[in-house]
Amino acid sequence: MNKDKIKSYGDTLYDCLKNRTTIDPITEQESDVTIEDAYHISLQLLQRRLDDGEKVIGKKIGVTSKAVQNMLNVHQPDFGFLTDRMVYSHGDELPISTDMIQPKAEGEIAFILKHDLSGPGVTNADVLRATECVMPCFEIVDSRIKDWKIKIQDTVADNASCGLFVLGDKAVRPDKVDLVTCGMVHEKNGEIIATGAGAAALGSPVNCVAWLANTLGEFGIKLEAGEVILSGSLVPLHSIVPGDSMHLSVGGIGSAYVRFT
Amino acid sequence: MTLSKEVIAQLAEHVENAELNKKAITKITDDYPDMDWEDAYAIQYAIRKRKQDRGTLIAGLKMGLTSHAKMKQMGVETPVFGFLTDYGSYADGAEIDTSNFIHPRIEGEVAVMTNKTLKGPGCHIGSVLAAIDFVMPAIEIIDSRYENFRFDLKSVIADNTSAAGYVTGSNMKRIEELDLPTLGVVLEKNGEIVELGAGAAVLGHPAASVAMLANMLAERGEEISAGTFIMTGGITAAVAVEKGDNINMRCQDIGSVSMRFV
Repeated sequence: MNKDKIKSYGDTLYDCLKNRTTIDPITEQESDVTIEDAYHISLQLLQRRLDDGEKVIGKKIGVTSKAVQNMLNVHQPDFGFLTDRMVYSHGDELPISTDMIQPKAEGEIAFILKHDLSGPGVTNADVLRATECVMPCFEIVDSRIKDWKIKIQDTVADNASCGLFVLGDKAVRPDKVDLVTCGMVHEKNGEIIATGAGAAALGSPVNCVAWLANTLGEFGIKLEAGEVILSGSLVPLHSIVPGDSMHLSVGGIGSAYVRFT
Repeated sequence: MTLSKEVIAQLAEHVENAELNKKAITKITDDYPDMDWEDAYAIQYAIRKRKQDRGTLIAGLKMGLTSHAKMKQMGVETPVFGFLTDYGSYADGAEIDTSNFIHPRIEGEVAVMTNKTLKGPGCHIGSVLAAIDFVMPAIEIIDSRYENFRFDLKSVIADNTSAAGYVTGSNMKRIEELDLPTLGVVLEKNGEIVELGAGAAVLGHPAASVAMLANMLAERGEEISAGTFIMTGGITAAVAVEKGDNINMRCQDIGSVSMRFV
């Protein structure tokens, strides 16, 4: 894909984000779009946000669980950038009616890094060494692609369908919790809608962070000390509407609560 | 009760023979569409008595249909219960003869051992937490005696809620060391993760499932005595197994359970 087209798609996605509109899948408009093209589109989208004063505070991996892969019919992970305008805290109200298009909630484990991770060659041992703590986290994903009809290139271009994220009430050192077996309970409006465990994300959330470091490493990007890394949902995506509230608890870590307005 | 004693005895023999001969039958409500809940449990208890008369020991109790989603799907508001036998127990790491079953499936659970009597009505989560001696990881082997697992609730109650066997882990933990709702389980078949979940999948809390068991037993004038082993209900969906399958379940804080079907 030539540079002009890449810039044009990046700008269009930025406009969609700002105006809460959607476009037809890029993969329908451009049948030969590659993941690398999509990544460059996402960089243009990010550049527009940075020009607008936003600051990168972390990275995310998405589409890591079989449940989400089957739901979206996308069978490999995606990756994106997190900015300061996306982050919320435990107990906050999220203005989805004014800020989002077709939001869905996911439950995840967030990693806070104390050292840089620069792929390729990042192992699970490197990830654990670089992790300051882990936290319960909601990611509220959204798609600027019409009706969530995404293929892997569409979601990579659209910053991994990232929307907002909510960090929970506790931060725990990675040696204090079994990240593979830790259970997750996801409730909406007081009703349990799903349970899961750490292994849902590529066998372990640690694997996900290593994958992200190595994948972004191919593009010369590193995960940096102090950044928040979202390691992928452990439960299926769940649609939300204003008025809903959600609670998430993760065994051995803590919980997160959020209301949607 | 709508069925006569004779019919109950006859159905108990029919359903138990399906288990003993490993030959699936059609669901009994096809022939007795008017049978009620009491009839269904009467058949289960008659099967239990047949086994005890032959020297089988009752090794514990089990809860079934403990997920809200499954209950909604079956159109009921309460779970169901059954009994566990001595011969249904398999050791951690066991080789299990697949020909002992018709079409076995496995579910990941947590099991508890009690150290006090639990008596309903009014048994609540607090009474249960105070009466749990320890918690273990466990896998239940279910094997409906009905063709293709096709049954309705009354048929499955009569069939001892498909109970066929169980494998307990080798580790135990005290209840106060655990958070049962968020306790995660990861079930693997032949090295691949096939199911995941957390304790809250069981009626919100596995101890709530035990309380419900005590209250359901109270309606029959029964109680759960101290020293009872209880399978609290499936955290994961049931997974079909066949000869050659290698199963491993890892649980948060309480260890793992494994077995091979041979």
